[in-house]
Amino acid sequence: MAEASLAGPDIIAALKKAGIEFIAAVPDIVTSQGLLWPIARGREFRLVRLCKEDEGVSVCAGLAVAGKRAALLIQHTGFLDSLNAIRGIACELGQPVCLLVGLLAKEPGVAPTQSSSFGVRIVEPILDALGIEHFCIEGPREIAMLPGAIDRAYAQSRPTAALFGRTVAP
Amino acid sequence: MRRDDGIAAILRHRGNAAIIGVYNTGLDLRRLSPAPLNLYSSGAMGQGSSWGLGLALGMPERKVLVLDGDGSLLMNLGSLVTIANAAPRNLYHFVFENGCYEANGSHPIPAQGRIDFAAVARGAGIHYSFAFDELAHFADEVPRILALEGPVFAALKVVPGDPSPQDYAFVNAVERVREFKRAIEAERRAKPA
Repeated sequence: MAEASLAGPDIIAALKKAGIEFIAAVPDIVTSQGLLWPIARGREFRLVRLCKEDEGVSVCAGLAVAGKRAALLIQHTGFLDSLNAIRGIACELGQPVCLLVGLLAKEPGVAPTQSSSFGVRIVEPILDALGIEHFCIEGPREIAMLPGAIDRAYAQSRPTAALFGRTVAP
Repeated sequence: MRRDDGIAAILRHRGNAAIIGVYNTGLDLRRLSPAPLNLYSSGAMGQGSSWGLGLALGMPERKVLVLDGDGSLLMNLGSLVTIANAAPRNLYHFVFENGCYEANGSHPIPAQGRIDFAAVARGAGIHYSFAFDELAHFADEVPRILALEGPVFAALKVVPGDPSPQDYAFVNAVERVREFKRAIEAERRAKPA
């Protein structure tokens, strides 16, 4: 694994530790090789392939109501496209939708709000406005925070977001 | 077919199914059969079918019925492909076609009267896809539809029936979701798998 990349196996292990059984996903180039392809080929999770990201907000909420843990793996463009579903279902109905968001074009090691990409810069302010707990994963320390964040989301019935700040490698 | 009559025909064969009602179908559902295992979807555009998919995947032991609207489905048409691909055996998707966005001024949907929802669902990969425009025929077929292995899709041409209370504050309240979840958990405790 290149030093600049995040370790996909460590993230998958963190999701398993958090009790995630389902991954709902739209492909994202930041997480494609290191997460989505291994998840698609493996047996650790049931993968729900979505046509569009906002479907996944409701799929994850439905699974949560049914007593199953899920995560929604998307790109930040899909997050931006799904805001009304996130507002209405995850926030206003208090559902533990766990967003795993690849920040396409964010420079490694640069804070999302300082990125040269406008789309990346506005992600955290929008999450703040929605009142969604979030953190940016740049290395192993933040990967280790993932199970706790997911546990809190389900314990408190509210959404959470983990942002992938650099490419995830297999 | 009146929408509330069509919903009543489904409710006669509900059993222990969970039902998601979208906008006016949800309001009719509440009037006809208020129950903890009713979930309501409005405000998050077209998300009823995706709610249904998540519920169906999460509790395969129970039938999940989605009472959708045509305008709502058009806002989330890709969900038909997602549902066909995920192929939950317990998901039954009924679309009540009134041809308009009734909750927002009754403006016509695009291609009103020309779109064939059953054909769209079939083309998306849902094997069992039906269309009905006559209540007696639909009422006769409901038991057979619900005996099929899902996912199943049915489009119903409807007109409004009796008015239902437009109490969106009630159906949109977070307490409705909590009641729904508590009901599922209580049944699971009573009948462990």
